[in-house]
Amino acid sequence: MVPTSYYLILSAVLFGLGVVAFVFKRNVITIFMSIELMLNAVNLAFVAFSQARHQSDGQVFVLFVIVVAAAEAAVGLGIIILMARNRQSLNVERVDFLKL
Amino acid sequence: MPILDHLWIIPLLPLLGSAINGLLGGKWPNTIVNTVALGATGLSFLCALEAVREFLTLSSDKLPFPPQHYFDWIVAGSFRAGFDLEIDQLTVVMLMVVTGVGFLIHIYSTGYMAHESGYYRFFSYLNLFMFFMLVLVMAANYVLLFVGWEGVGLCSYLLIGFYFLKKSASDAGKKAFIVNRIGDFGFMLGMFLLFRTFHTLDFTTLFAAASNPAWGHEAWGQFGTFTIACLLLFMGATGKSAQLPLYVWLPDAMEGPTPVSALIHAATMVTAGVYVVARSHILFVHSETAMVVVAVVGCATAFFAATIGLVQTDIKRVLAYSTVSQLGYMFLACGVGAFSAGIFHLMTHAFFKALLFLAAGSVIHAIGGEQDMRKMGGLSTKIKYTFRTMFIATLAIAGIPPLAGFFSKDAILFSAFQIEGGHPLYAIGLLTALLTSFYMFRLIYLTFYGQPRYDEHHVHVHESPWSMLGPLVTLAVLSVIGGWIAAPALWGGPDYFASFLAPVLTSPQGAEAVNEAAAHQLEIILAIVAVASALLGWGVAYWLYIRQPAKPEQMAKSMRPVYNTLLNKYYVDEFYAAVIIKPLMWISTNVLWKFVDVAAIDGTVNGIASGATSIGDTVRHTQSGNTRSYAVWVVIGALVVIAVIFFWPAARPVVGMVR
Amino acid sequence: MTPQLAIFFVLAALAVLGALNLIIQRHPIHSALSLIVVMIALAGLYLLMGSEFVAAVQIIVYGGAIMVLFVFVIMLLNAGVEERTNVSKLAGVAGIPLAVALLGFLAAAIARSNESAQAGVEAGTLANTKEISTMLFKDFVYPFELTSFLILVAILGAIVLAQREKS
Repeated sequence: MVPTSYYLILSAVLFGLGVVAFVFKRNVITIFMSIELMLNAVNLAFVAFSQARHQSDGQVFVLFVIVVAAAEAAVGLGIIILMARNRQSLNVERVDFLKL
Repeated sequence: MPILDHLWIIPLLPLLGSAINGLLGGKWPNTIVNTVALGATGLSFLCALEAVREFLTLSSDKLPFPPQHYFDWIVAGSFRAGFDLEIDQLTVVMLMVVTGVGFLIHIYSTGYMAHESGYYRFFSYLNLFMFFMLVLVMAANYVLLFVGWEGVGLCSYLLIGFYFLKKSASDAGKKAFIVNRIGDFGFMLGMFLLFRTFHTLDFTTLFAAASNPAWGHEAWGQFGTFTIACLLLFMGATGKSAQLPLYVWLPDAMEGPTPVSALIHAATMVTAGVYVVARSHILFVHSETAMVVVAVVGCATAFFAATIGLVQTDIKRVLAYSTVSQLGYMFLACGVGAFSAGIFHLMTHAFFKALLFLAAGSVIHAIGGEQDMRKMGGLSTKIKYTFRTMFIATLAIAGIPPLAGFFSKDAILFSAFQIEGGHPLYAIGLLTALLTSFYMFRLIYLTFYGQPRYDEHHVHVHESPWSMLGPLVTLAVLSVIGGWIAAPALWGGPDYFASFLAPVLTSPQGAEAVNEAAAHQLEIILAIVAVASALLGWGVAYWLYIRQPAKPEQMAKSMRPVYNTLLNKYYVDEFYAAVIIKPLMWISTNVLWKFVDVAAIDGTVNGIASGATSIGDTVRHTQSGNTRSYAVWVVIGALVVIAVIFFWPAARPVVGMVR
Repeated sequence: MTPQLAIFFVLAALAVLGALNLIIQRHPIHSALSLIVVMIALAGLYLLMGSEFVAAVQIIVYGGAIMVLFVFVIMLLNAGVEERTNVSKLAGVAGIPLAVALLGFLAAAIARSNESAQAGVEAGTLANTKEISTMLFKDFVYPFELTSFLILVAILGAIVLAQREKS
């Protein structure tokens, strides 16, 4: 049996890598994917805790997270499509409509 | 008892007159303004008479008459100051002087100011002054007295600066107010100390507490509570009553119209200081230091001012310095314990000094506005009534019997002679009496005798109208008979004035004549000496100005330095300007203005504004429009939350952690 | 080294490598494929822990639906190799320190915790789907219904957003 802390460390590492990708990548789709990566890392932590305590709450929450991530991905990608049509580029640094 | 229950009517009437004239009088013709103003003052005088009559007919079980409490003005914790008016023998004297002389001067002003613009304003201010003065003399606690005190200072400023378009007049008004304020500072400190010691400022309660034998007598040099409080109160009195060193405003106050000089700066306002000292006599007698200071300052001022008056050329200035000098006499009397003598001189001085000022105003009016005595002369035949009344007033002030001044001045000198160490005071007082007589007769001779030194073709000398002469004659009569109330003391009878005031003012220390006969004889001798010195002064004036008119010029030339010093008032104003005013102005400009106001306060406010601007300038960069930067900010925010959870467990509920 | 531990390390290494590859790759399609690898590895880890339902859902929904959607969009938009622009100075400066700080905090939190339990199910007890479903439809029925509503909203949103311009 694997100790819970191992799973937590893995979750933390994955989350950190997700943050790094979020900050450093310039393609908007890749950034979106890094968000999915972060959500997955959190899911892992939830399930690990749930199994450690023999409670199902964590896993139910994971289900909800997955559903919400799916909905978010759908809408977010729709927005990305619009953005790509508008600026003819997927580089997030080109999206500076809010700049004064 | 009607009026005694409603004492507030007496001050209220002039206040109403002032308000009506002030608000509505601008469009009214002079006659209506007159009616309102004279009506208010006259009615107030009649009410005061009635109040006095009722007071005098009170049966003795109702005395002392308790203070009438009208409404609570300040109630804070255990401190209570109300609009309380009282009437006792001292108030009776002051009431009669203020309302009576005030009414006469109002009548005079209708004639004197008839051609002035701002006529209604003058009477509005004059009535306002009457209101405040009446509040001052009828107040039953120090706080209300101070209200009146400040109020008469305000009216003095308004009236001195009546011709406000003339710079010297407005400057004089400011000077009067500011110098008075310095005195008022001392007065207030004195009030605070009294409150702190006795926990009340009500006269009856305070004086009763102070009479408690547990309070010891403070000897010379001992600076206990009484000494300090009395010295502070006296500081206020020096400001208001123009004693050393705060007398400098009174000569400048002659810029105001002559009736103002008569009423405020001769008869009533300047006597407020003497009144306060007399009213607080219970406090003063506890402190030897304070009494000595009062006496010495009074005596020194009397002499000092008399010397300046010897050489002045403006007729009103001479009278101004004469007022300062006579006030010095009153303080001298209070300082040696003869409070009733001081009040007596206050009363007689009100009569003859008001008369002198009004007559001087009549002279000035007669020769078309000239005030320099060197340009007068030979008027005695042309303005007979003015001349005769002024001559009577001069006899009174010089102390020639049987006019009023003789009795009051004699009482003062006698008391001064009797106390321990009083001989120097007596000597200086006697010398001052000589000087007084000299310069007053000099004034008469320069003004009324000799060859006319004015241009007879351009100046048409005319006598004043009866609205002006009437009060002159009335005051002249009072100057003659005013002293007779104390006269019987001279041939062994009772002094009615002193015995009248005795329930209020304790008998002077040391004046309990141990040996009746010897004291009486001493009094006669001193009286003769005083009369002799007055006659000597008269004689010298006569010799110098009638017999040998060229002599004064020669004397002035031969004693040029002394003459110049006296003419320039010992350069006191210049001294104050250099030592006090210049540094203060420097501090005001460089420290308070440039440093505190501009740099510190404006700098702080502007600094906050520019700080906000620069913070905004810095924070602006977070809104770059760049999505990646926003992403970084998101991560930073998340890190902050984690850090809070990590490092500061107590704040976990704030970030939403429930456990 | 028990078998479970060995499998854990293998799957964990796979996940981490997949994530690293996501960062390193320049073409988004490669990043997407790496992400799929990560998800499969995570599904394996769920199985290892004994949560078979979650593992199944992970593969079906995440791997089979969401990632397919990503791949389709990449294809649709003809995403190319990422350009190298560097407009945001803040990201360049603060990026690494932030990641390090974040990892530090998480590591410290984990180290501080006194979790001594072992995650995972004993052999022979594999039926937790029933528990999940009971909880889902009893205690969490309200959020469940809301999420179905959420999905409806997402569908509508996606349709509206991705419509071709009517010009």
